[in-house]
Amino acid sequence: MVSIEPAAPTATEPEEQQGPAVTEDPAVWARKDLLDTDTLSAEEIDLVLETADAMAEVRERPVGRVATLRGTTVVTLFYENSTRTRASFEIAAKAMGADVINLAASGSSVGKGESLVDTVRTIEAVGADVVVMRHPNSGAAALAARHTSASVVNGGDGSHAHPTQALLDLYTMRRHVGEIEGRKVVIVGDILHSRVARSNLWALQAAGAQVTLCGPATLLPQSLRSLPGYEGPGGCEVTTDLEGALTGADVVMALRIQRERQDQGLLPSLREYIRQYQITEERLARANAGALVMHPGPMNEGVEIAPEVAHGLRSVVEEQVTNGVAVRMAILYLMATARRR
Amino acid sequence: MRALLIRGGRLIDPASGRDEQGDVLIENGRVSAVGGNLSGDGAEVVDAAGCIVTPGFIDLHAHLREPGFEQKGTLATETEAALRGGFTTACAMPNTDPAPDSAPAVEGFLKLVAQKARVRVLPVGSTTVGRRGERLAALSELAEAGCVALSDDGSPVPGGNLMRNALTLAGALGLAVAEHCDEPSLSGKGSMHEGAVSERLGLEGQPAAAETVAIARNIELCELTGGRFHIMHVTTARGVEQVAHAKERGLPVTCEVTPSHLFLTDEAVAGSDLTPAYDTSAKVNPPLRTETDRLALLAGVNSGVIDAIATDHAPHAPEEKLREFDHAPFGISCAETALATVTTLVSRGELELGATLRALTQGPAETFALDGHVPGIGTLAVGAPGDVTVFNPEERWTVDPAAFASKGKNTPLAGLELQGRVRAVVVGGELRHVLEAAHV
Amino acid sequence: MSPVELQRGQEVARTIRRLAHEIVESNGGAEDLVLVGLLTRGAPLAGRLASAIEAFEGECPPVGRLDVGLYRDDVAHRDPPAPVRPSDIPLGVDGATVVLVDDVLYTGRTIRAAMDAIMDFGRPARVRLAVMVDRGHRELPIRPDFVGRNIPTAPSQTVEVRLAETDGEDAIYLMEGADSHGEH
Repeated sequence: MVSIEPAAPTATEPEEQQGPAVTEDPAVWARKDLLDTDTLSAEEIDLVLETADAMAEVRERPVGRVATLRGTTVVTLFYENSTRTRASFEIAAKAMGADVINLAASGSSVGKGESLVDTVRTIEAVGADVVVMRHPNSGAAALAARHTSASVVNGGDGSHAHPTQALLDLYTMRRHVGEIEGRKVVIVGDILHSRVARSNLWALQAAGAQVTLCGPATLLPQSLRSLPGYEGPGGCEVTTDLEGALTGADVVMALRIQRERQDQGLLPSLREYIRQYQITEERLARANAGALVMHPGPMNEGVEIAPEVAHGLRSVVEEQVTNGVAVRMAILYLMATARRR
Repeated sequence: MRALLIRGGRLIDPASGRDEQGDVLIENGRVSAVGGNLSGDGAEVVDAAGCIVTPGFIDLHAHLREPGFEQKGTLATETEAALRGGFTTACAMPNTDPAPDSAPAVEGFLKLVAQKARVRVLPVGSTTVGRRGERLAALSELAEAGCVALSDDGSPVPGGNLMRNALTLAGALGLAVAEHCDEPSLSGKGSMHEGAVSERLGLEGQPAAAETVAIARNIELCELTGGRFHIMHVTTARGVEQVAHAKERGLPVTCEVTPSHLFLTDEAVAGSDLTPAYDTSAKVNPPLRTETDRLALLAGVNSGVIDAIATDHAPHAPEEKLREFDHAPFGISCAETALATVTTLVSRGELELGATLRALTQGPAETFALDGHVPGIGTLAVGAPGDVTVFNPEERWTVDPAAFASKGKNTPLAGLELQGRVRAVVVGGELRHVLEAAHV
Repeated sequence: MSPVELQRGQEVARTIRRLAHEIVESNGGAEDLVLVGLLTRGAPLAGRLASAIEAFEGECPPVGRLDVGLYRDDVAHRDPPAPVRPSDIPLGVDGATVVLVDDVLYTGRTIRAAMDAIMDFGRPARVRLAVMVDRGHRELPIRPDFVGRNIPTAPSQTVEVRLAETDGEDAIYLMEGADSHGEH
């Protein structure tokens, strides 16, 4: 008799058989919602990024879309204007055959004072499977998720989290620099108010990157360096010294500076910010050769990033947008298929 | 009225230093005898075996919501909540509509109290007209109408000069000015404590300095005027230090702390196994602070620097708290959990029982000089009002907001097991609340 | 019940060579031939077939791999779900004879999905199906063009094709389903 290793997972329903040679159990997506990256395991992040690889390949095909999510209804519920993110989700959902309904706060009963909880309950009642939500208040996606059986994807809540942006950033980094572990990633700008910075931080930490947060002292969350969980690989550096931060960087991510920070007195002036923190060619010379320049968009060219850097050889800003569709396809696919099970 | 004999409990009366096994006899609404083996022929008997018997608790800071905000709570529901929490006296905060800024407004309120209240309700008048911080209310009129203190509650008196005049005039009337110490230009739109948790959650925070800057200003004005100044719900370690210094210098400064701030930190906002992330039930103003602050508050109660444990009981309608964290109103419904939170802290060795009970009885009575309004209040002396609370310090129970008498179910303690439970409450000699088997 | 070995080593290699010959013969040569292995187990098999064809034709047909996960009709029922992987289809399936290659043909549902998938890459002149093992129990009107071996099975059983590239041995096993459906 021959002894055989355990067979690979097989379906509960008859199907073409798959052999036994899978070396490790594939990670499984079991989450109802995607609210932030902070609780994602490295395996879950890998699963999203690997699935995104498959989705990127689908996008390159002559047809460029599949029908996997036929019968799935995705509702985008945006309480903040964001043409880019909303469009990215819509394209992603449609590329997999889902029905997409776009709701904007101004165009729905939200404008009439309906509460968020009532709104998501209504959306669920009309048959939404997945709700993609953008909201100006931190924690809004978590609130919505608790009060609906639909899956909630956080498309950005206040200053809290923007997990799909972080995952597409990670995907873009991995495509260019390979393994993230040990890489120095510098995020520059208004860290304190940035959901992109936070979600990137958690995801990069999970992936083992060495993260530096850099910006004016009034816009830096001083406590992040001492939070539990930051003693892991890489750690998190928080600094006002841009030159030092850029030295040896593999990835430089500039964040959008909101003009209202000047009105709030957090910045003496935009000119002051530009003088100290704009990402310029000259400053970028301290980074590693081939360092990537990223920006979650939309860019204020000439403010947080010099135009020649924004469109320079190291910039992958446009690719981030392209990758965003593949990563969002992956997330919608994983969440919708997890629901069907 | 039938006499009442509370028998066989551990009597603790901080005002007299009494701590012994014994009985309390209440006749004609007043304490008539205290000691061992009292006989009360024909008296109704409350068996207090295994329980602690103390003067009824006095809450310096309760939001009873009526008139004006009956969707959040009514005098009937919120004083029933106070009663079940062991409070026999509640000082009603002036954030009602209308605000108690004139004698007629106070008289109208007291009429409602007479009809509906389940415990003694003592009004706190508003410092300024409509609590708008523009000009002072009719302070002498308020004193005459029965107000026990002055406060603009959640709206700090803005101008230094306005506060100076309030302290000067109120001082002459013998009233304390109770202030929510906050510098609005620093607290801004903050919805929680500014620190590691707010930074992680992406919520705007209120720095501790927003409280301490205001405390510093008001202590200076207290010294300038000699008026009695009461700091409501102190939350910061530095704030406790400021009060201790002021007291060392002999200034007429007092302060209170809430059970919520003694029990919880800003981590409560982030949620737990029992509570959701961005828990609006943990949104309170001033905000829950850090563990360092909490430890300083506990030490402040134990040392007596903090005069009173006051609830800041703030019921809200469920749909008001079912909002985005930034949009939910501040406040915790805690009248019914207050005792249990502090006795749980006693069981953990964080609070001392004697100091804790003093801060619920004698401490608040002295803070607002309530003896002048209700002679003997806050003590078990013979002749004192028959206000007595009986609680079992060992009994464990699980917080269930649905079972609250309060309309406000907004507690961050839902599902939590606490130790210490009110078994019976006597108000003015009448046994108003009894829990299960304590009544024989 | 322990696995029963049905074929191993040289026998397996011989079967692959025979399949390669049949494919070339049916196509009238290796021209315009594209071998597309279905992930996971069909992919190395397609590579083996291509090498075999090169050995006797002197010309190696282009080889692709196809993941049909996004085309399946049973996404809701697979537990755990199969990961979705990128496909890699050579340019120029338009007008080509595409041979779909898989290890075991069973219900036919994977092949149905594969036909939908390959059409998204172009318009082949013909699509053929080559499998190492046909174990019966079809649920769709699908029939293979090239079969390594027909093995009558019970639905409770499992057939495993193991290849040296991925498993360290060439072999075909028949096992009781319960054994291999175990804790996975």
